[in-house]
Amino acid sequence: MISFQDINMTYKVAKRQQGLRAALKSIVKRDYTYVEALKNVSFSIEEGEIIGYIGPNGAGKSTTIKILSGILVPTSGDCSVFGKRPWDNRIAHVKNIGVVFGQRTQLMWDIPVIDSFELLRDIYRVQTADYKKNLDELVEIFSLSEFINTPVRQLSLGQRMRCEIAASLLHSPRILFLDEPTIGLDAVSKVAVRNFIKRINKENDVTVMLTTHDMGDIDALTDRVMLIGKGQILYNGSFEQMKSKYTNIDEQSRTIEEIIAEVYEDFSI
Amino acid sequence: MKLYFKYVRLLLKSQTQYKASFALLLFSQFLYPFVSFAGIYLLFERFGNIHGWTMFEVFVSYAVIVMSFAVAECFSRGFDQFSNMIRTGLFDRVLVRPRGTVVQVLGSGFDIKRLSPFLFSVVVLILAIVFGDIQWTFVRAVMLFNMIVGGTVIFSGIYMLQATVSFWTIDGLEFANIFTHGIRQHAIYPLDIFPRGITIFLTFIIPFGTITYFPLQYLLGRIDGMGWLYAFMPLAGALFIVPCILAWRFGVRKYTSAGS
Repeated sequence: MISFQDINMTYKVAKRQQGLRAALKSIVKRDYTYVEALKNVSFSIEEGEIIGYIGPNGAGKSTTIKILSGILVPTSGDCSVFGKRPWDNRIAHVKNIGVVFGQRTQLMWDIPVIDSFELLRDIYRVQTADYKKNLDELVEIFSLSEFINTPVRQLSLGQRMRCEIAASLLHSPRILFLDEPTIGLDAVSKVAVRNFIKRINKENDVTVMLTTHDMGDIDALTDRVMLIGKGQILYNGSFEQMKSKYTNIDEQSRTIEEIIAEVYEDFSI
Repeated sequence: MKLYFKYVRLLLKSQTQYKASFALLLFSQFLYPFVSFAGIYLLFERFGNIHGWTMFEVFVSYAVIVMSFAVAECFSRGFDQFSNMIRTGLFDRVLVRPRGTVVQVLGSGFDIKRLSPFLFSVVVLILAIVFGDIQWTFVRAVMLFNMIVGGTVIFSGIYMLQATVSFWTIDGLEFANIFTHGIRQHAIYPLDIFPRGITIFLTFIIPFGTITYFPLQYLLGRIDGMGWLYAFMPLAGALFIVPCILAWRFGVRKYTSAGS
């Protein structure tokens, strides 16, 4: 359903210098450095999977998500989502996907959640009947009824994240990209959000790809993990296998965080 | 269009959440045009006329520019603040939604506090109409309306260009204020009082001459004939928006191949 073939992404970054003179000079002539964010990355994802996409900061996770969601065009390589290149027809492509950027809100700060939902309905041109059905379902799954009429600024982070995820599902996307969905949440909210993601995946058959630094997310949710470091896929397989490889018999009590840290070290990323 | 009004309704709702702060903002926005208006008044009080232009004639020009600027700031606020959208990554959000980028950016920033300079310019325009001596005809009424529309479109185009620049750099964007606030100050006065270079710039590069100076001469009866030509000149000036939109599209394409 999703395939990613030999993708390379090289960013051209202008060097910045301090001071007015350098700023003026940079208009005429710029020095560039090249950053290889992805190097020959290939993978595929089947319908209905939950994929955990992990790796240290700056490894290329966001770049991958941006290419899959049609925001960025890679330097070389090919990518197909439902048989089409995401960047060929951005508008047709994004109707099928939902994206949650954990650190940025898509809800309007000063007005009730429901108003933002209605705006999204108009943006995605969701039919009234479908919207009503989806809304009722999402309100039930994410338990939004208590605060759906509250302005976003008055919500707790956990409540807001539930609204964010619900907001990106209003148009019934077939794939959901979650960029750090549990960041900053307390333990109770984390567990709740994980359960919601599972339910959406099972009941609505939504394929989920999530990036996270929280290994609890990986353990609780994913069928498969992909580890990326320095722009390359280093591991692609079940989390259980990865765990057993790095857990000795006498160290059963190791936390998942410790295991991951060792994996990173092993690949020197 | 329907979507745009939806955006506007929601932004109005959020901007009027805090009543006192909203009232203060409206008041503060009123001060700037008032001061520049007082400047014109004092100038004419002292000198009577500039280059043969009387105070009420300049009031017409003033009202057209301030009104266009206020409407453009109100509707194109999203482009004015676009560098923030790039900086915070919110533009990625725009790109994952199945709508055009222009309507979404416009919809991100409707700014109702510009209502006060707008109302102020209406008052000035009424003063100029009542106390000046314009011979009103149908052509002249259409002309005045087109001048305001044309001005709004040109100011919006400048905001769009300023936004486009932020695809390449977000440093030193205050530079663009020369073209918005700076031109607003200049275009208030009839072009023939300025050196030739400025006249040419404001006619052919950023065509403000087409929305004030040239039609104004006809409006005030300083030149005759070809009324309709002058009446639609502001709309020709509004074609300025076309290269602006093309530049914007080019910028969006650049963004998707290079990231932020």
